[in-house]
Amino acid sequence: MSDTYTLYNSTVMDHFMNPRNMGDLKDADGVGEVGAAACGDIMKISLKIKGGRIEDARFKTFGCGSAIASSSMATELIKGRTIEEAMNFSNQEVVDALGGLPPVKIHCSVLAEEALKAALEDYVKRNPESATPPSTPEPVSA
Amino acid sequence: MRPTRLLLFPTPSLPTAMRNVYLDHQAATPLLPEAFEAMRPFFTEHFGNASSLHQHGLRVRDALKKARQQQAALIHAESEEEIFFTSDGTESANLAIKGVAYANERKGKHLVVSATEHPSVMNSVEFLEKQGWTCTRVPVDAHGFLDPEQLRAAITPQTVLVAVHHVNHDIGTIQPIAEVGRICAAAGVPLYVDCEASAGWLPIDVRAFGASLVSFSPHRFYGPKGVGVLYRHRRARLVSILHGGVQEGGRRAGTENIPAIVGAGVAAEVAARELPARSSHVAVLQQRLWRCLSERIPYIKLNGPLPGPGRAPNNINISTEFIEGEGQLLLCDLNGIAVASGSSCVSKSLKISHVLAAIGLDHALAQGNLILTLGKDNSEADVDYVVETFAKIVGKLRGMSPMWDEFERGVIDSVIAPRGVGRSFSEHAAAVSGKAAH
Repeated sequence: MSDTYTLYNSTVMDHFMNPRNMGDLKDADGVGEVGAAACGDIMKISLKIKGGRIEDARFKTFGCGSAIASSSMATELIKGRTIEEAMNFSNQEVVDALGGLPPVKIHCSVLAEEALKAALEDYVKRNPESATPPSTPEPVSA
Repeated sequence: MRPTRLLLFPTPSLPTAMRNVYLDHQAATPLLPEAFEAMRPFFTEHFGNASSLHQHGLRVRDALKKARQQQAALIHAESEEEIFFTSDGTESANLAIKGVAYANERKGKHLVVSATEHPSVMNSVEFLEKQGWTCTRVPVDAHGFLDPEQLRAAITPQTVLVAVHHVNHDIGTIQPIAEVGRICAAAGVPLYVDCEASAGWLPIDVRAFGASLVSFSPHRFYGPKGVGVLYRHRRARLVSILHGGVQEGGRRAGTENIPAIVGAGVAAEVAARELPARSSHVAVLQQRLWRCLSERIPYIKLNGPLPGPGRAPNNINISTEFIEGEGQLLLCDLNGIAVASGSSCVSKSLKISHVLAAIGLDHALAQGNLILTLGKDNSEADVDYVVETFAKIVGKLRGMSPMWDEFERGVIDSVIAPRGVGRSFSEHAAAVSGKAAH
């Protein structure tokens, strides 16, 4: 591709042209759909969760090349993670794994993080027992 | 050598491995070989500065005069003395608006523009607003047409300039310029007509327009970049906004870009001669392109007037529902098709095209926007390749879109052809956007 110029780096272009985990999950355990107020893009992530761990993930995205690549990469990254690990997922991981995004497109990775978290919240809502109890500090004895 | 490209649809049914179809003639056109040849000696042999008084200077001064005549002929100006060369369309618009505003500061500080002017006009006006001028933006209808009566009503005794473009750069709408010109003449207000999207493709007669100022760029009709043209009627007051020497009658300081000006002159001469043929050639392709796209792809909308007398013959602006424009643009490019988009994802400001907003286009449809501008070298085979390839691109992107899926399941409805089932895309987007306040 020496004579071809691309708008994004080769990793982003690859995930845009050959998206991983694109689609929906039948009997998903958690589904999150979020929209970006800034640009109007919409992202949906479906999760299959077993034993507190993300077994499978799928995405569907209405958005630009970097939004599609971000959701593709996010679903790749979170497979196999525990719910707690996934709850701490940050968009920076997507940006790094993609080898960087143009500044104006960073919000696409934020949308992927938000779609993932919305899917996790949906799972927790459906399975309240799965929620890790927040670590409450021991009362200080007087 | 043909560049190796990644084939998106490597199926044997594709006509040829890779056809290259350039459909962004609004952005740039290839230079005419004869214009290139005419420019060549002005880089080397005739390198003089037109301000010099010796042979080298006088030689290029002569070329400059001829180039002015060629531009004057294209737009039926009375004299070549009414032609000024700038660096491009943006500079012409800045000079026209600020130059007239500053020249008439004591007379009044009010401007009237249409709501769908080019950013170089809109942003010049905004700049003046910060300095105490006021401006009325005359709205357009759903097809982008300005109502001359509304424009008439917007003119006040303080109005010093009216700016209305001839053809809209996004959606190809042809404005009723002659009527606007009559209104301005009756009110005694100079009219500036941005002809950037029409020059070389539609006949321009500055006198029939009643225009005091007209701007256009030869790189839109097979001339070089780096030169813009501003016509100014001899009675229109205009002050310089670039201060320096007395080039261009003292209204545009700076050394003239002689090679580009010479090439632009040749391009204008050829454009004037070939205009009817070029225009009817692209008009046929335009009809075919829209007819085939609308037959082949469901839930697609043409923005702007139907091909015909109300629309520039080289522009097609479409919105394809349930998918976003940048993805369409990228996949088109990977398949050899060069197009533009007014989607927010394409703009650096993350805003949809202000033209699409002004015609009241639903935000979801503006997101799925694509702009295709035809040129003299496009063919029917190009159009057919674009339609076939684009249909596949739409299929691929809809397959990835949650909106398409939700439309098929009846969760959301189509804006283009509502079925009366499900909520609107905008309602849906608002419902899921609560979390994303960044």
